[in-house]
Amino acid sequence: MGRAKLPRKSTNIDMTAMCDVAFLLLSFFILATKFKPPEALTVVTPSSVSTKPAPEHDVVMVIIDKDGKVYLSVSETNQAEKKEMIETINTSKNLGLTDQEKNNFIRVPNSYIGAPFSQLKSYLDKTPEDLQKIVKPGIPAVDSTNNEMVDWFRAAQTAFEGKKMNIVVKGDDASKYPSFQGVIMALKKNDLMKFQVVTASIPVPAGTELYKQQEKLGTKEVAQ
Amino acid sequence: MAEMDTSGGGGHKKGPGVKKGKKLSTRVDLTPMVDLGFLLITFFIFTTTMSQPTAMRLFLPKDVKNPEEQNKVKNSAVITLMLGKNDVIYYYEGDSAQTLKPTDFKKIRDIVIDKKNRTDPKDFVVVIKPTNDATYKNTVNILDEMTIDGVKRYAMVDISPVEYKFIQLTEAANGVK
Repeated sequence: MGRAKLPRKSTNIDMTAMCDVAFLLLSFFILATKFKPPEALTVVTPSSVSTKPAPEHDVVMVIIDKDGKVYLSVSETNQAEKKEMIETINTSKNLGLTDQEKNNFIRVPNSYIGAPFSQLKSYLDKTPEDLQKIVKPGIPAVDSTNNEMVDWFRAAQTAFEGKKMNIVVKGDDASKYPSFQGVIMALKKNDLMKFQVVTASIPVPAGTELYKQQEKLGTKEVAQ
Repeated sequence: MAEMDTSGGGGHKKGPGVKKGKKLSTRVDLTPMVDLGFLLITFFIFTTTMSQPTAMRLFLPKDVKNPEEQNKVKNSAVITLMLGKNDVIYYYEGDSAQTLKPTDFKKIRDIVIDKKNRTDPKDFVVVIKPTNDATYKNTVNILDEMTIDGVKRYAMVDISPVEYKFIQLTEAANGVK
C-alpha cells in the first residue's frame, strides 16, 4: 500500500530573532545594573513596611554589626565634613593624628571608624586591606559613662552645620538591644531627635490598619 | 533572515566569459550566540541589586527631667510590650506588671489591635520596653508593627529593674534559658 509521503520539513529554526531579544535584554541589564558595592562590613538589616528609599547624600551612618559593635562612616561625597570631623576629634581628644592618618579616614572609599579614641591612631594607620583582617574593637557606646558616640555625633553636628545631616542607623538583625540603646542615648545627648533606620522593604500585610489606609488613599506614601 | 542574498542581481545573466563563483551559504548558526546571551543575562540578573534599602524614620522624644512636664497617660489606656529573649514579647495592660503574659511577634498584632479597639483613641498609648536580651531586629520589628497597626502614640522606654525581674521569673518558670 502506498503511503502518502509527508513533505519533510526542515527543523532549522531561525535564531536571529531570539538572539536579538537575548542581547536586548542583556544590554538592558548591563545598563541597569548597579553592582553591590563591596561592603566592608556585612550587615543583615531587618525589614519594615517603609517605602522611602534610604538617603544617599550627607549621610552619617552608624553601623551595628552582629556582635553589637558600633562603627561610624560618613558618605563619600562629604569630604569637607569628614575632614572637619576628624580635625575636631583630633583636637578635642589630643590624639596627635598625622595628616596621613587623617587622610586615611577622609579619602579612602568606604572608610569607617571602628575603634575607641585611645586606639584611633593605630587604627587609622592601617591600610583598608589590613583592616579587613584584624578584629576591630568598635566604638564604645554601650557604657553610658564612656559613650564615645556622643563625641562623634557632636563632631558630626558641627561639621554638618547648616546642612541637613541624615543620621542613619544600620544594624544587624542579630545584634542585641544595648548597642542600639547606646546609639540612641548618644543621639539624645546631642539633641538629635530624628534619625532613620535602614531596612529591607517588605509589603504591608493585607487586612491591617495601614493596608486599609493605603488602599483608601491609593498610594503607598502613607504614615511614614 | 540570517542569510544574505548571494544570487546574482535579479536573475541577470552574466556574460559568457565570466566564471560563476560557487555560491556559499552565509547562514550562521546563531544557537550558541543565543546561549551565550542568555547566560550573561542570568548572570546580570543575579548580580543586580534590585531592591534598594529603605529607611524607616524615627523621632525621639526629648528627655524631660521635670515630672510635671511629662506626658500623663491614663493607666487603663496603656499597653506595655516588653521584648525578651528568643523573640518573646511580654505584655501587660495598665500598670500591673505582675500580670504579664508572654506572646510572640505573630500574635502581637491582634493583641495591640484588640487593645486599641477597647480604648479611647485619644488616650491609647503603647509603651515599648526592650530588655537587654532583645535583638535589634525585635526592636525594629515592633516599631514597624506600630506603623502597621496605625498606633499614633507609642514610646520606647528603658525597662525598670522590677519589670525585668518579672520577666526573669516568668522565663525561669517556663524553663527559658
